[in-house]
Amino acid sequence: MAGLDALPKSFQEIILRLQAYWAAQGCAALQPYDMEVGAGTFHPATTLRALGPKPWAAAYVQPSRRPTDGRYGENPNRLQHYYQYQVIIKPSPPDLQDLYLGSLEAIGIDMGLHDIRFVEDDWESPTLGAWGLGWEVWCDGMEVSQFTYFQQVGGHDCKPVSGELTYGLERLAMYVLGVDHVMDMPYNDPDAPIPLSYGDVFRQAEEEYSRYNFDIADTERLLRHFEDAEAECAAILAAPAQDPKTGKHIVMAQPAYDQAIKASHIFNLLDARGVISVTERQAYIGRVRALARACADAFLETEAGGARGSGEEPGA
Amino acid sequence: MAELLIELLSEEIPARMQARAADDLKRLVTEGLIEAGLTYADARAFATPRRLALVMGDVPAASPDLVEERKGPKVGAPDKAIEGFCRGAGVAREALEVRETPKGAVYFARIERKGRPAEEIVAEVLEATIRSFPWPKSMRWGAGSLRWVRPLHSILCILSDETGARVVPLEIDGISASDTTRGHRFMAPASFKVTGYADYAARLARARVVLDAEERAETIRAAAENLAFSQGLELVEDRGLLAEVAGLVEYPVVLMGEIAGEFAALPPEVLQTSMREHQKFFSLREADSGRITRFITVANRETADHGATILAGNQKVLFARLSDARFFWENDLRVARGEKMAPWLAALENVTFHNRLGSQGDLIRRMAALAGELAPACGADAPRAEEAARIAKADLASEMVYEFPELQGIMGRYYALEAGFDADTAAVARDHYAPRGPSDAAPQAPLSRAVALAEKLDLLAGFWSIDEKPTGSKDPFALRRAALGVIRIILENGLRLSLRRFIESQLMRFEIALAPQDDSAHLDALRQIVREIARHGVFGAAYRATLAALGRTHRDDSPLGRLNARIPALGQDLMGFIHDRLKVDLRAEGMRHDVIDACLAMPDSDDLTLLAARARALGEFLATDDGENLLQGYRRASNILAQAEAADGVEYSFGADAKYAEAAEEKALFAALQTAEAQIAVALGAEDFPAAMQAIARLRAPIDAFFDAVQINTDNQITRRNRLNLLAEIRKICLGVADLSRLEG
Repeated sequence: MAGLDALPKSFQEIILRLQAYWAAQGCAALQPYDMEVGAGTFHPATTLRALGPKPWAAAYVQPSRRPTDGRYGENPNRLQHYYQYQVIIKPSPPDLQDLYLGSLEAIGIDMGLHDIRFVEDDWESPTLGAWGLGWEVWCDGMEVSQFTYFQQVGGHDCKPVSGELTYGLERLAMYVLGVDHVMDMPYNDPDAPIPLSYGDVFRQAEEEYSRYNFDIADTERLLRHFEDAEAECAAILAAPAQDPKTGKHIVMAQPAYDQAIKASHIFNLLDARGVISVTERQAYIGRVRALARACADAFLETEAGGARGSGEEPGA
Repeated sequence: MAELLIELLSEEIPARMQARAADDLKRLVTEGLIEAGLTYADARAFATPRRLALVMGDVPAASPDLVEERKGPKVGAPDKAIEGFCRGAGVAREALEVRETPKGAVYFARIERKGRPAEEIVAEVLEATIRSFPWPKSMRWGAGSLRWVRPLHSILCILSDETGARVVPLEIDGISASDTTRGHRFMAPASFKVTGYADYAARLARARVVLDAEERAETIRAAAENLAFSQGLELVEDRGLLAEVAGLVEYPVVLMGEIAGEFAALPPEVLQTSMREHQKFFSLREADSGRITRFITVANRETADHGATILAGNQKVLFARLSDARFFWENDLRVARGEKMAPWLAALENVTFHNRLGSQGDLIRRMAALAGELAPACGADAPRAEEAARIAKADLASEMVYEFPELQGIMGRYYALEAGFDADTAAVARDHYAPRGPSDAAPQAPLSRAVALAEKLDLLAGFWSIDEKPTGSKDPFALRRAALGVIRIILENGLRLSLRRFIESQLMRFEIALAPQDDSAHLDALRQIVREIARHGVFGAAYRATLAALGRTHRDDSPLGRLNARIPALGQDLMGFIHDRLKVDLRAEGMRHDVIDACLAMPDSDDLTLLAARARALGEFLATDDGENLLQGYRRASNILAQAEAADGVEYSFGADAKYAEAAEEKALFAALQTAEAQIAVALGAEDFPAAMQAIARLRAPIDAFFDAVQINTDNQITRRNRLNLLAEIRKICLGVADLSRLEG
């Protein structure tokens, strides 16, 4: 591939190089999940696929939303909408650290000049009922990735263990490209006929969403949506696995999980609106976790979750 | 004799766990070998971010053959018993020996255990060690089931002697022991073979790995100091950070960078904390001004550009971090200068301190009230102490403290100064948390003493009120530390106060906080008691006065009635807790526990300064001949008295009269007592315990002479009673100094 040795020139080139690198390592190059999520981990390709015995390897970009981090597009490195690059491999290969370091080289970080460090940082997602051990990876003192060996997801022990890598794309790209304000970062090739900066693409959206998230989002409606998602999730999971129409055994883990994702995002919006008190917070997190757990339980009854055969009764 | 070398190479081990892990490796392996009969000479363990290593010398080739004799059943015992014994001992019945013992003929088994080769033992012990290693947190990886702190990559395990090195055969979850390892992750990643510890250490050093954490730390410290010196600066010492950084690198390369001038206005504590917490940088400061102008970062590698890229990257991250810090600082300054911190105090009304003990705002009000009461005893002005207490915690709501909780108090002082408070009042914000630990000084300024005492007593009284006392090793609210803080503030400043009174008035404030807030009559009564405590100085009198004013003459089972028992009981229990901590302290000084008990039994023992002075005086006095005299005089008098009181069923305390004295020795004792009593009264009045004790000791000779010459139990009952009452007088005088009955030996 031409030009891989040269330094990348734009945000999108870094994404493309990561995608090419992990594809070359045998990962399925997936696309973002089409729902609002707080982090790449929420993508079913990570949360659900980390469960059960089946091998899995995937890499993808995931747009992520953190309503409380909105700064109207003015802060040099805080955004309410940003991108994570996510790699998940099950079982975690013995050379995952080396593979990871290779990906940094692929985006132009010269291992001979930089100081890469693995600094203890254990990961926990109270809403997913998940935790793992690992590190944050530092490049010259800056955190560029999170590196985690999943131990539990949705309350289930991970067997085998998945290795998960999460890159904060904007921050990493700003470092590689030597940019100080995220909005100034070249999105496409700066020499393209129509060069676009990150700000050209996203500044207005950041401003609009910041206002919406902090001041306009209708909290009563959101509360109703939260309860609707919760109810829908339960209803989906309560439906009998035996489908009368097709006669097949169809556990609907993923549609149910979509509702869990939805509830989680609505909770984040409510949090940004400042209407959730400290004590309520724990209760909401517990409700989302209960949904995630129920979905994890259901996924383990599906073929992808390692249950035998689909279209038949389990054990038949 | 061989040398054993073990290395466990893994992915990066958290810095905070490394030192303990090296110790555990050494302990588990050496204990395992000893238990299996293998000896060794010298064991040393090492840790780096990626490896734990252990070397031990003089390991024999095999454990020795052992012969054990085991005594069995008597000859003639049931067959079942004999067969069971044989099975347990692992010997055939024919092999049993019969020996005559004083209890008759008994079977003995001779059990021979063959020694086992060192390889076999080492393999077993190392496997058990790895499988049961006490990591604070461990994990699985891949498809395996082994647990380690992070994925374990290789095991080096060799026994080496003059004939060469042998790999100890061992396999755990697919990892086979070998004689190879790897160097630095980036600078020398190739694998290499080693033949023994010396070879291992030399090759690792060439492969850019400094095995010894102490050596890495020392390298970092020395290089940092040199760089600081080269700029005319001094390194801000930080042992914790040094140990942590030494655990993050296998090959330390120390780099110095500059802090942009635009951050010069930030307080040095902010620079230091931000750099340490976020980036693990050391601070370099100007010796005279204390300003921090440069930093030290430690990289894990050498580079062709001598660290220029690494330093530039770190500097850039620092710039972003300090920009955040400056943003917080400037926002906070606006609140401090423009609004005198009022918005923070308002915000603290909504911050929960503890779900049963109310908000931070409630805490501040209670603390201020108590600080005002404590102020006179602390040499401070009450209204100023209350004011200082009211703003002491304002910074908890500031942006900077939200970001860096460890700056609480330090920021408070800066902000209080900016808000226009005087330096003493502002210093209270910083110093009322003190002492934060054994190495932290107790506050000395009068205002700070008062508020620091109030802060700690409030914490203790609060958790006592809701019955959340420390139990065993569980002390989530650091109440033991608070009690030690109370003791140190009082003793180190020589403060004189009756602690019980302040404990009880604070317990009453919690009664008010915990009472139903709609019962205004009850609340008024509780508030009245608090006011009365301030007037009377004791709970009991305050309580009675309040009941009397309310026209309630007897205590009943109402909430108010129950206080009569509750408050003194809680106060006594809390006082006991503080006394227990003081005992630990005094015993650490080398004081005898019975001496402490003798002083604790005195009624004014809630005055800790007095208590400590009494205990020290008694301890020192008992070590002298005079002290011995005091004790013997007291014991002789009190033993005879106790016997007589037991026999007669009365207590002799009526007061002796010199006119019934018969013998010359008896008259002399009366005279001596009269002199001594006056001296003792003066000495005790002046709290001069040594003088009081000496005065008592001088009674020894007249007492001895009295006992030698006078028969106490005479037929004349008047004379006998008078003599017993004389002894009671002596006992009373002695017990006025300390409860000598509690002394041992």
